[in-house]
Amino acid sequence: MSAQLTQYLLTGVTVGAIYALVALGFSIIYNASHVINFAQGEFVMIGGMAAVSLSGAGLPLPLAIVAAVIVTALVGLMLEKFAVERARGAPVVTLIIITIGASILLRGLATLVWDKKLHPLRAFSGDRPIDIAGAVILPQSLWVLGIALVIVLLLSWFFGRTLVGKAMLATSHQRLAAQLAGINVRRVLFVSFGLSAALGAIAGILIAPIAFTSWDAGIMLGLKGFAAAVLGGLGSGPGAVVGGLILGIAETLSAGYVSSAYKDAIAFVLMLAVLFFMPSGLLGRHSTERV
Amino acid sequence: MNLNLATTRLLAALLGTGWLVLGGTPVMAQEPIRIGAFLSVTGPAAFLGDPEQKTLELYVEKLNAAGGVLGRKLQVISYDDGGDAEKARTFGKRLIEQDKVDVLVGGSTTGATMAVVPLAEAAGIPFISLAGAVVIIEPVKKWVFKTPHTDRMACEKIFVDMRSRNLSRVALISGAGGFDKSMRGECRKVAKQHGVDVVGDETYGAGDTDMTAQLTKIKSAPGVQAVLNAGFGQGPALVTKNFRQLGITLPLYQSHGVASKEFIKLAGDAAEGVRLPASALLVAESLPDSDAQKKVVVSYKREYEGRFKSEVSTFGGHAYDGLMLAVEAMKKAGTTDKAKVRDALESLRGFMGTAGVINMSAQDHMGLDLSAFRMLEVRRGDWSLAN
Repeated sequence: MSAQLTQYLLTGVTVGAIYALVALGFSIIYNASHVINFAQGEFVMIGGMAAVSLSGAGLPLPLAIVAAVIVTALVGLMLEKFAVERARGAPVVTLIIITIGASILLRGLATLVWDKKLHPLRAFSGDRPIDIAGAVILPQSLWVLGIALVIVLLLSWFFGRTLVGKAMLATSHQRLAAQLAGINVRRVLFVSFGLSAALGAIAGILIAPIAFTSWDAGIMLGLKGFAAAVLGGLGSGPGAVVGGLILGIAETLSAGYVSSAYKDAIAFVLMLAVLFFMPSGLLGRHSTERV
Repeated sequence: MNLNLATTRLLAALLGTGWLVLGGTPVMAQEPIRIGAFLSVTGPAAFLGDPEQKTLELYVEKLNAAGGVLGRKLQVISYDDGGDAEKARTFGKRLIEQDKVDVLVGGSTTGATMAVVPLAEAAGIPFISLAGAVVIIEPVKKWVFKTPHTDRMACEKIFVDMRSRNLSRVALISGAGGFDKSMRGECRKVAKQHGVDVVGDETYGAGDTDMTAQLTKIKSAPGVQAVLNAGFGQGPALVTKNFRQLGITLPLYQSHGVASKEFIKLAGDAAEGVRLPASALLVAESLPDSDAQKKVVVSYKREYEGRFKSEVSTFGGHAYDGLMLAVEAMKKAGTTDKAKVRDALESLRGFMGTAGVINMSAQDHMGLDLSAFRMLEVRRGDWSLAN
């Protein structure tokens, strides 16, 4: 394997892991409500910006990170409480439009609370690149990969082993049946927004030392995360991870071997092709129409 | 501020009609000279429009305190186009038809400028643009002038510097924005004339978080000797960081688009050794005393920083140049008659602005040459003159 290819893969996996984290956030809310939360990218932005401003205010980095995740989770919970829950019973499309409105509002608030500048966040453990077979990887990329892995494991434990997690899973399968079995589906939705927001915040904080953060950093990351979620199959956890990694690697490989001008186009064409042949995504549940 | 403006204009209108009723023509000596501005004070191009707006306010105040121009006060009528060319067009129309301004100074972006060019040409009103691209003055338009350097000049300045370091094979990397694309095109166009070969040409998207793939490709381009990045904002800072992370030791050139402290702050240590062409304003204090530009740039820098407590930017300097050019032309013409002011503008020679010495002519409505650009290098986290 040439050093060049190794470099493309390392970069692709790092970028892909971030997409995967954002995609997981999309999937969790989608499962709980069939709503595609277009404010997911804003959670990513708030996480990054909050971490920057808190650590800038003198908080030690680990503390600032934890606080930023909590702040973002609270924003997510408030969004559910004051916007989504108020409109419960409304068609899913209405809820999706509400999240689009929320994303614009949150971006606007971010420019007021913070500013319109780009901000760097200090890398967790230095900026010295590590050499791997002629290619380089940043310590921060290892953090991204490590934490993404831990989160995937934690989530699979959460959904497979805990009561709340199982309740969420049950709701995603059959909302009415879950409700009849005594699961508080409103609470499930509430928790899912908090969880998604926290996931988004973690993604935003992990990427901030690599790519900076700003009030509009969430737009593109949100879009790519959504693409990854769709590619892997909306609502599927493993699908989100696979989708994110494929998207990240496809982007860097096409930038490296085909043309950097078309790398986004190639990634999206790939996504369309997958959806054409497998409408529910790579690992999505196959929905069958009952007659 | 809008309210103030509205009230003053209302008062002015009332007074004006008052005089008309009394049977006299408006007393010209009392009428302020109206300078119409449309700037991107908010929105994505706010980093251009904000310092421009502040500069206009500051210097009109100063000029008025010193007695105005031709014995008349100056009045700025300014609108915020938010970086939207369509809005710029609306405001341009309003400035010309309703506010009846004597001269237009504005257009933070090339898009906004080009939207107003046809209006200014049709109305026959001198228009000094503050935007960068060559298309504004090429082909020459009768009523349109501009103050900032062009992207083509930036390319040429960089290529001249490369040749002086015996580098002739360059790889380009640029973003997807208008500025990036325009500069990339200009660089490709003038490379040959300067004996420079373009051996790589990569791009990145607006929200991209990583440019390692593109740079890895550039690293292995055949015989590449230097890398040139056209763009502003997040992209160039990321390119600079990724460049160092990949351990590339080639000289890296950035464009004048990142000529602000913001860039050094974002790229951190990675910015060390980066070269870029920029206005002398950034190194005002370290210019030699013999430099003819020093007086102008140091005084502007002190005035601006003293008043607004924020770092001076080259973009505010463009507004200073635009305003002062208009004032100079009116003084030279001895009137605000639009055609005479235009002719005076076109014949200004040796005018010293923050961007450099300006020599207008019928063929050149910008009047700057390559000496206006300084080649800067980042050393120890600050700008310094290269060589």
